[in-house]
Amino acid sequence: MINDEWVAIGYLFSAALFIFGLKNLSHPRTAPRGNQLGAMGMLVAVLTTVLQMELGEGIVGWALIGGGLLLGGAIGWIMAVRVEMTGMPELVALFNGFGGAASALVALSESWKYIENESLELPTGLEIQVVVVAAGLSALVGWMTLTGSLLAMLKLKGGVEIFGKWIRVPTWGPEWLNPIKALLFLGALVLIVLAIDDPTNTDYLYAIIGISCLLGILLVLPIGGADMPVVVSLLNSLSGIAAAFTGFIFSNSVLIVAGSLVGASGLILTFIMCKAMNRQLKDVLFKSFGGSDKEQVTRTKVGSDADEVAMMIDGAQKIIIVPGYGMAVSQCQHQVKEFADLVSEKFDTEVKYAIHPVAGRMPGHMNVLLAEANVPYEQLIEMSEINPEMPEADIALVIGANDTCNPAARTGEGPLAGMPIIDADAARTVVIIKRSLSVGYAGVDNDLFFMDKTMMLFGDGKKMMNELNSAVKEL
Amino acid sequence: MDPTMLIGSITLFALSIFLGFELITKVPATLHTPLMSGANAISGISIVGALVGANVVYAGGDTLVSGILAFIAVVLAMINVVGGFAVTNRMLNMIAGKKRGGNR
Repeated sequence: MINDEWVAIGYLFSAALFIFGLKNLSHPRTAPRGNQLGAMGMLVAVLTTVLQMELGEGIVGWALIGGGLLLGGAIGWIMAVRVEMTGMPELVALFNGFGGAASALVALSESWKYIENESLELPTGLEIQVVVVAAGLSALVGWMTLTGSLLAMLKLKGGVEIFGKWIRVPTWGPEWLNPIKALLFLGALVLIVLAIDDPTNTDYLYAIIGISCLLGILLVLPIGGADMPVVVSLLNSLSGIAAAFTGFIFSNSVLIVAGSLVGASGLILTFIMCKAMNRQLKDVLFKSFGGSDKEQVTRTKVGSDADEVAMMIDGAQKIIIVPGYGMAVSQCQHQVKEFADLVSEKFDTEVKYAIHPVAGRMPGHMNVLLAEANVPYEQLIEMSEINPEMPEADIALVIGANDTCNPAARTGEGPLAGMPIIDADAARTVVIIKRSLSVGYAGVDNDLFFMDKTMMLFGDGKKMMNELNSAVKEL
Repeated sequence: MDPTMLIGSITLFALSIFLGFELITKVPATLHTPLMSGANAISGISIVGALVGANVVYAGGDTLVSGILAFIAVVLAMINVVGGFAVTNRMLNMIAGKKRGGNR
């Protein structure tokens, strides 16, 4: 017989593991251990819960519980192992949506118990108030997290393929939408209060679910793709809050502690990420840039070829490589490393990498890819440290980066306004590997492409790097 | 439920929020995504609520729909938990540049 004290101690142990896990995750040296501590905390929480149920009233739903654990675990494991590095941000967004949905479903399941089985007596007094409010808030935040995360995932992908047709996810959200969002939110809160007196009324239930799903979509729809990592981080915070509200339904300590920990630390992380991009959270969320009306590219630029670029590289003393999402897409990090080795051996060139904090589709994206290709950590230089070195560089080699080195960010207008950029335009010569002159994720034309000292290599990153490498070898 | 229990829960909630705010102060950009992903896996703690909900079949009437909803919650939360920790582990391994054979 396991008693409540032991359960409480188990949950306390689990909560402590979560706290140390999160703390360790924020330092490079201890991060892997932090992740393991978090996983251990989860294991302790699940084991404690299962033991409490089995040794307490006895588990009657073994099939549901065991089956659900195995099925979910297997699916999660396969998805995590199979995903390509470029697809990781989308996967994190998807997982986050699932977490929010799980909290919302727990709340719904608890409410439905009384709806489908009228012989179950509703709790009374304070308890019914707490349960209804907690379930309502959990549903509101949980469903919002689900739809918001799914939309964020699609936005990270850029679009969806429906019947073989590629459809871009729109960015839409005029200013007048903001008060409507506030009204919808208030409406949901009113419905929750009304539901206290009539907890088994399914009309309230459906209305709350509907409003929450709509709110999630309206929250993410106006936000441009470049800000998506910030949004995913905010949604992560929300899924924690949803879990904490679920904890109030059962007065479960570990749910409340872990949920609110993630909610609060997720919010702090969101602010830290905003700061790295020089953005204000409220601007990201509520200042729409009026859709993604793509500017037509009317200017042209004659492309160069690999041999021409190789001749420029001959004798260069310092080359700074500026990688971007294009490198991730074409998976050419190994070719980039080969190039760096080649020029440093052949011409004794100094090679460094300029890492923009949000290059790619998630912070740290470039570090991960280049580390995979065994690029020494010391050569990866953060933006603020590399920019003063830029004027000394003979060549800035931009590989599939666009917005992160777009001088338009300095003008103070448009979607990129105020975002710090890598000063690739300060280098003596700029070489850009890109498939076309088209606009980047933020939808802004890039003047860098059209400068006189810029050489464009049009093509897929991997292909062009291979050509460049063989051209350098032949010199 | 007596009021002391509710007050206890609210105390726990408030203190955890404060702790969460203080826990993370400075994070290098490289770790933003792994930290987000790891925290996200922890938010899969709703698995605990889902497990309790899935253990239904009450005396005197069936609660099938409720049980199925909780079952789906168990599956989704478990995807969130296992997938979240596994993907974070993969990211951290790559950042560390250590390619260990196999997983885990």
